[in-house]
Amino acid sequence: MDSAVEKLPILFVCILLYIIVLAIPSVRKNGVRSRLSPLIPIGAFLFFLLGFDGSKQTAVLWSHELLPTQLSFTVDGLGRLFALLITGIGSLIFIYANGYMKGAKYTQRLQSFLLLFMLAMLGVVLSDDLIMLFIFWELTSISSFFLIGFKNEDEASRKSALQAIAITGLGGLVMLGGFIILGEIAGTYSIAEMSNPEVIAAITSHAWFAPMLIFILLGAFTKSAQFPFHFWLPGAMKAPTPVSAYLHSATMVKAGVYLLARFSPVLGDTLIWNTALISFGGVTMIYAAFQALFRTDMKSILAYTTVSALGIMVFLLGLQSSDAIAAVSLFILVHALYKASFFMLAGTIDHETGTRDISKLSGLKTAMMPLFIVGILAAWSNGGVPPSVGFLGKDLIYESTLAFPGLNYLFTGISVLTNIMLFAAGLLVGWLPFRGQKISHKDIHLPTPSLWVPAAVLAVLGMLFGLFPALINDSLINPVATAISGNTENIHLKLWHGFNTVLYLSLLTMGLGVLTYAIIRPGARLLGFIEYAEQFGPKRLLHAIANGFIQSSDWVTKTLQNGKLRIYLLVILGFLVLILGYVVLSETTFTIDQEMLTNITIYEGITVGILFISVFLTLFSGSRLAAVAAMGVIGYTLCIIFVFYSAPDLAMTQFTIDTLTVILFVLVLYRLPRFIRLDFSPRHILDGLVALSVGGLMTIISLEVLQRMPEREISDYYALNAYLLAKGKNVVNVILVDFRGADTMIEIVVLSIAAIGVYSLLKLRLRKNEKME
Amino acid sequence: MNTIILKTASKYLLPLLLLFSIFVLLRGHYLPGGGFVGGLIAAIAFVLHAFANGLPHTQRLMRIHPGFLMPFGLAISTISGMFPMLLNQPFMTGVWKKDPVPVIGSLGSALFFDIGVYLVVIGASLTILFTISETR
Repeated sequence: MDSAVEKLPILFVCILLYIIVLAIPSVRKNGVRSRLSPLIPIGAFLFFLLGFDGSKQTAVLWSHELLPTQLSFTVDGLGRLFALLITGIGSLIFIYANGYMKGAKYTQRLQSFLLLFMLAMLGVVLSDDLIMLFIFWELTSISSFFLIGFKNEDEASRKSALQAIAITGLGGLVMLGGFIILGEIAGTYSIAEMSNPEVIAAITSHAWFAPMLIFILLGAFTKSAQFPFHFWLPGAMKAPTPVSAYLHSATMVKAGVYLLARFSPVLGDTLIWNTALISFGGVTMIYAAFQALFRTDMKSILAYTTVSALGIMVFLLGLQSSDAIAAVSLFILVHALYKASFFMLAGTIDHETGTRDISKLSGLKTAMMPLFIVGILAAWSNGGVPPSVGFLGKDLIYESTLAFPGLNYLFTGISVLTNIMLFAAGLLVGWLPFRGQKISHKDIHLPTPSLWVPAAVLAVLGMLFGLFPALINDSLINPVATAISGNTENIHLKLWHGFNTVLYLSLLTMGLGVLTYAIIRPGARLLGFIEYAEQFGPKRLLHAIANGFIQSSDWVTKTLQNGKLRIYLLVILGFLVLILGYVVLSETTFTIDQEMLTNITIYEGITVGILFISVFLTLFSGSRLAAVAAMGVIGYTLCIIFVFYSAPDLAMTQFTIDTLTVILFVLVLYRLPRFIRLDFSPRHILDGLVALSVGGLMTIISLEVLQRMPEREISDYYALNAYLLAKGKNVVNVILVDFRGADTMIEIVVLSIAAIGVYSLLKLRLRKNEKME
Repeated sequence: MNTIILKTASKYLLPLLLLFSIFVLLRGHYLPGGGFVGGLIAAIAFVLHAFANGLPHTQRLMRIHPGFLMPFGLAISTISGMFPMLLNQPFMTGVWKKDPVPVIGSLGSALFFDIGVYLVVIGASLTILFTISETR
């Protein structure tokens, strides 16, 4: 049977093809290709909506016996919800982007990156294999880097993009470490196979469980912007608004939440898991909600409320109770719906008025009535006012905190406090800009439908799901909760639970939320205060580390790569002497086998005599040319010694090489002053010491080689088979061109590269105006 | 160096040395020699000519820039290494023609490999030397 999950690769390939189609530059702005782009996510959305019903489907598409990892996809309730959010909100974002980027440059490029990002996100939520998941995970970081830094002429954009990729990328690498440990102790890299109770027991009782879990949590926390890694997300607001709406409402930042939810049945309900998630999530949700109230930029407010909402989700996943899992399942959907419409709303206002500063915006109601309604609906759901779906979500949150044994008052207290602040923040974005005196921009009018209809769709859905929870109860939320807990869950969402503590808490939240909104006066004073406080936050630490890194690499480069050949040689040779010298001196016996020595003949004596004289001349001659000539003589005497000891090949090569070396030296030295000053500075003494130690070391090594008489097998094999196998009588040459031919091949490549290097260094000079430091 | 003796001698030495370098290249499989040494000898021949007659003169004589010999050599070596793969043998297996060829002797893929090395060595060493002597 051909199940839908096996058709996933076709979907991926289709998306990839359209990415390429979009990536080919177009002459026209808003061409057909970019106008048709929403069809891709819409098609994918329908595929996930109709092709799957939330039951678990796994397909192994490719595997190899030698590889522990395989190409396999799983679609279950959790994966399907995320896939629906990614493609559904993606569809609306693509429609919105077409309106938002109208007439702008590089629309196609933006859409191409957005599609790439969508592909990566789908990969993250549908992969069954850990390594595959990691690859897609990093691909989301990389594609979001291009999206955040889309306005690449703007320095702040580039900085934010770097910051985001540095934090999420590093987190991802740490997570890879965790994945590998997990895969090794579980004996499988497939997440589906890990949910077996025996495997879970083996994983949780393993000695490496704690480091593995911490690594994976670091990956999830950095991606989902948990305190103290949260600051990349507000920074990422430099991106065009469609990007922020897509990445930071439903997708990228929720990848961390997804990961935690995915591993919850395997790694959840352990002490480290619960403690870490509850404490990080708890701190994040209240800290970020507090921060949001001080901001004046709409997108900034939304960014901090998003961080806070992510904190809530992490917190709920830490509670691990059945209620908490139901709450997080619903809240993922709730948050995506209202936050994406908020973002699009902010983008549209910015697009039409040119500002996102809520202290400057007012009275937009008359000009943008539909947007005002969107704002109210989104704020409604955000605040958890009945009958929105947000109310259902908040209800479940309070139920789960109240039911937590021991710390229920504390947890309920911070949840209520967070929700009060989020309520007020929602009003700041969805209500405030539309109220009050009409501002003097005369040409503000209702934008084209593509700029407000997508937001309206999401806002209305939020209300619809609240009124009729049956729409999502069995089809979406129950399968998600089942996937997160690992057991079959049975949730019944309903609006009215009667008069109980939860309802009173909800009423309290709304009342205090309105009150907070009434007190808050967004403006420069509050912003200045929080920005001052920000200086002591974790962002500063990161900047200090980043700066330190740049400074230290600057120092290393300037010290080691300073362009002076002397220093390069000194470093290389010094290192060689230290490392090799240590090994040699600790293992050498320093004995010379007297019997192996032959008698010195008169010819040898004369040759060595010439050798010594020329060494002396090279060192102490006053003229450079004479020194070079003496060096040539050293080479030739060595040739003669090779001849004495029957190595004609070596002698021939040494002879020609030496000839060319001398010519080369003469050519280079020709332009230097003819005479050298011969005063012995400390520098000379250092050089002499280095030269002596390198030479001495090489001598010791050669003598040692003779002593040890290494394995003769290889040379015997070559000598025996040179003629038999390679039909050559000259063993040296046979080794060069046949036995070790591949080495020679690489050597001549290196030689060519060296020649090209010399040529380009000397010939291709910078023009005067291209001079750089 | 403007000596008439060297100038005259180099005229005869260049072809002789080149011939010698080819000789060294070909005999490499049985006797001392080979592509590397042969290439160096040929390079020295050209350098000697350049010393005696001036660099522009030698460059005119060569017609092409020595650098172009490098890709040629690399291509010949690579193809000779890949050739056995056509015969379903591993990369770089020595393949030999059955009957010997006059003058050269038996003909095998190793020889072509060595010719490639020869050309690369000439190209690389002359490129380096010529570039350095041209630069001021």
